[in-house]
Amino acid sequence: MMIQTESLGVQYGSSIAVRDATLSVETGRITAIVGPSGCGKSSFLAALNRMTDLLPDAHVTGRVTIDGTDIHGESSSPHDLRRRVGMIFQKPTPFPMSIRRNIQLALREHGMRERAALEATTERVLRDVGLWDEVCDRLEASALQLSGGQQQRLCMARALALEPQVLLLDEPCSALDPIASERVEALIRELRGRYTMLIVTHNLAQARRLADHVAVFWVRDGAGVIIEQGPAARVFDAPRDPTAAAYLAGVQG
Amino acid sequence: MSRRTARIASVRERLTAALIWCVAVVVLGLLGWILVDVIVRGADGWSLSFLVAEPEDAGRAGGIGPIIISTFLVLAVTFAVSVPLSLATAIALTERADRAALDARLVRRCLDVLAAVPSIVLGLFGNAFFCVALGMGYSILAGGLTLACMVLPIMIRTTEQALAAVPDEYRLAAAGLGLNHTSTLFRVLLPAAAPAMAAGIVLGIGRALAETAVLIFTAGYVVRMPESLADSGRVMSVHIYDLAMNVPGGSAQAYTTATVLVVMLLLINTVAVALLRLAGFRHVAGGREA
Repeated sequence: MMIQTESLGVQYGSSIAVRDATLSVETGRITAIVGPSGCGKSSFLAALNRMTDLLPDAHVTGRVTIDGTDIHGESSSPHDLRRRVGMIFQKPTPFPMSIRRNIQLALREHGMRERAALEATTERVLRDVGLWDEVCDRLEASALQLSGGQQQRLCMARALALEPQVLLLDEPCSALDPIASERVEALIRELRGRYTMLIVTHNLAQARRLADHVAVFWVRDGAGVIIEQGPAARVFDAPRDPTAAAYLAGVQG
Repeated sequence: MSRRTARIASVRERLTAALIWCVAVVVLGLLGWILVDVIVRGADGWSLSFLVAEPEDAGRAGGIGPIIISTFLVLAVTFAVSVPLSLATAIALTERADRAALDARLVRRCLDVLAAVPSIVLGLFGNAFFCVALGMGYSILAGGLTLACMVLPIMIRTTEQALAAVPDEYRLAAAGLGLNHTSTLFRVLLPAAAPAMAAGIVLGIGRALAETAVLIFTAGYVVRMPESLADSGRVMSVHIYDLAMNVPGGSAQAYTTATVLVVMLLLINTVAVALLRLAGFRHVAGGREA
């Protein structure tokens, strides 16, 4: 079991975003997190690589273990954690610098200094995301000149360069046009097996196409909770929770 | 709508437009008048030698070579001090979890008050503190330091705004890649904010170049070529003031000096606008809302 959350809770000040979320994520599989807006999906994801630390009034309760290690344990630093647990955001976030530097910046930070190794990694990850042929002759160009879809794939390449074990994808396609979205989705499918992935998505069809496992979030008593989880086929075809069943059938939410 | 009300509406539209144009023309006319006046009256004395020669006969003849040098030395002192200070303050104000914390609000309020202090008061303070209490006397150093106090608020504000304008996504993305706070600041945020910060510095230079009152009391009047920062030195704005007010027959030279100053300010403003446009472009391209 790659990621295990036990009674995970996230609250901002006095408002509770996630309550009592217990979820197991299997190594190398794609787990989709679905549910209506404002039901704590993104907060749940952010708690997994301690991005919640950056929000001044966020408070996390419960336990998260990744590969058996408690991520809030004394021996784990958030920086190492985030190197192992990469994150892709809804909006592509390339830095305002060259394509090459976008990828190599974090690599250098984490101790890779040799030019040859840096260049090799850059090419490898750009090939991984299918961007190499499009940008190999203009690595010095600003990453902001890329299209939205290309920017998102660059962000994925940037995360992959750090050789993470887990990728957290927070609605990675929802800011992209349908064609770019399809390419990113295909990329996620190709990466299946190599990385453990959690993807938050509003797109139920996409969840159905991609996911091995599904967790459905819902707001109950003012807080986000998991109302349904399990293998994708079972959750989509025979959901146990009536609210989840209605939502997945497109009746509600 | 009847034809009558339509006609009234259209007349009203045209009146409003005409009024707005009038006001715009008045404002532009004022600026144009000042520029033309200064340049026409100052153009006679324009020559390359004016820029390098020493002033003679209390400034009625000769050039403004030492005065330009003094001006640049004062500016150098001002920005050697104010750039690092404003950068550090702006970082302290922006790069914290709680941007509205009490101490940050207090610092901002103090800066607003400092910005509102009349420059003549600041000049008296500079004289009492740097020249007398710290024993610097009338010197380029004292002038530059006092001027630094004056430009600090505007420079901190623009630097702070430049940093705050960097999209939060960059901070999140950097954290998501495991970058620590320091690397995020130096490798991501400051480069992204650099054009806007440069524009702030250029605006500060414009302010400093135009300042007279502060420098009369601190850098002094001496027209000799300064030999060190401990020497008194006369900056261009003080030179203009002195020629116009204290030297009978000095107004031609005052206008020529003013022309040089105005041309410098225009150049600096052009650079600032270009930098701001570059900064705006960057932020639009990087942080556009979906």
